Amino acid sequence: MEFPDSLKYTREHEWARMKGSQVVIGITAFAQDQLGDVVFVELPAVGDTVKKGESFGVVESTKAVSELFAPISGKVVEVNDPLADAPETINEDPYEEGWMIVVEPADPKELDALMDASAYRAFVEEQ
Amino acid sequence: MSQRTPLFDVHVRAGARMVEFAGWEMPVQYAGLLQEHEAVRTRVGLFDVSHMGEVVFRGPRALEALNRLFTNDLSKIADGQAQYGCLCRETGGIVDDVVVYRRAADDLLVCVNAGNRQKDFEWLAGHAGGADVRNESDAWAQLALQGPLAAQLLQRLTTLDLSPIRSYRFGHGDVAGVPCLVARTGYTGEDGFELFCGPEAASRLWDALVEAGKPEGIQPCGLGARDSLRLEMGYRLYGSDMDDARTPLEAGLGWVVKLDKGEFIGRDALVRQKEQGLARKLVGFVLTEAGIARHGYPVVQDGRKIGEVTSGTRSPSLKTSIGLAYVPPALAAEGSTFAVEIRGRPAAAKVVKTPFYTRK
Repeated sequence: MEFPDSLKYTREHEWARMKGSQVVIGITAFAQDQLGDVVFVELPAVGDTVKKGESFGVVESTKAVSELFAPISGKVVEVNDPLADAPETINEDPYEEGWMIVVEPADPKELDALMDASAYRAFVEEQ
Repeated sequence: MSQRTPLFDVHVRAGARMVEFAGWEMPVQYAGLLQEHEAVRTRVGLFDVSHMGEVVFRGPRALEALNRLFTNDLSKIADGQAQYGCLCRETGGIVDDVVVYRRAADDLLVCVNAGNRQKDFEWLAGHAGGADVRNESDAWAQLALQGPLAAQLLQRLTTLDLSPIRSYRFGHGDVAGVPCLVARTGYTGEDGFELFCGPEAASRLWDALVEAGKPEGIQPCGLGARDSLRLEMGYRLYGSDMDDARTPLEAGLGWVVKLDKGEFIGRDALVRQKEQGLARKLVGFVLTEAGIARHGYPVVQDGRKIGEVTSGTRSPSLKTSIGLAYVPPALAAEGSTFAVEIRGRPAAAKVVKTPFYTRK
């Protein structure tokens, strides 16, 4: 399973990637594999604020409903709207086309507390 | 400690994802629910349903005794035919929904739900009515071969002529050298078969079907696809859509309740309920707004809870959100509208006819 080195990871299986001053957020390959086929996703709107560790949306697979937890606090500046009609993108390409939201972080240093790829890989292997 | 079917090792070796279901360790998916679902709708899928139980009624009183425990009418079918119906309590509440295979008037096999094996056996044996009632659940494995290409595949593996075995009929014959009860029944809405065989032969039969089914693109399937396939047909699932507290009339199974066939357990209560009218009714609905309804979500109207969703999913075939819910009879007619509360927010729903999906 692939966990790109350029990303930071949460224990709830979200990833975060710096893009300039902003942070792109999605769920990991492990998360989408555990969920199974994703059939529905509920995301915040542009302008909403998200809070680190709190739910910012929901992803539903054919099997289960799972909350999405924000890896960082901030304001939502972009939402991957095409996911509404093509939620399977999250299974097919969780790190690129399957991104969920872009956040303008309140405190970019919050990212430092997240796991890097090797720590996340070790975490997943314990699951 | 959960139980395992004779095919447990086969599933694990094939990389299936296993889950606990009704006390059984079962495959929930092989390749992915959507892929498996589509295989069954367009080609052929293979399911391990060995967790289902089998209770057998034998002896000169067998037919009469079982008919007094069954809402449908077993005197209306011939040997070699199967019939769907409910076992009810005196209250009319559903003990289980079952399929009865009439091998002879003195030899009937009742196929019961996995989670109800012990309960059903105790209920049936406790009302044996002079029949010899045995729990043969551990003596049978069961494979379901389902989909439009099931018959052509199966026919290559058996000398038993499948053409006279029409829907809800069965015969006996060897499949790939394994003695089977071959029934044209299933829980998917597609043409297909359920094969009952001895547990020791189950993996041999499974492997033979998977190998022989390659030209048809056979797909091993898990419980996930089994659930989405049955729900598209509006088939009820015991434990989700019905239980001991709901009657077949409430569950929309009036078509398998034969009140005029003579005495059976639960009949008086059902007659009374029919006269007095139902307080709630199970209906099929689609969401007309975004979201997916799930088991246990409230049905609301004007901010008040008036019912409950018992099954719900996104239909892989129809690409809409479908479900079953108990609602007051006033809202049970086709076209009625209500809302399903999803994580605190109402999503609009409309009552539709079931099956949701019509076979192509």
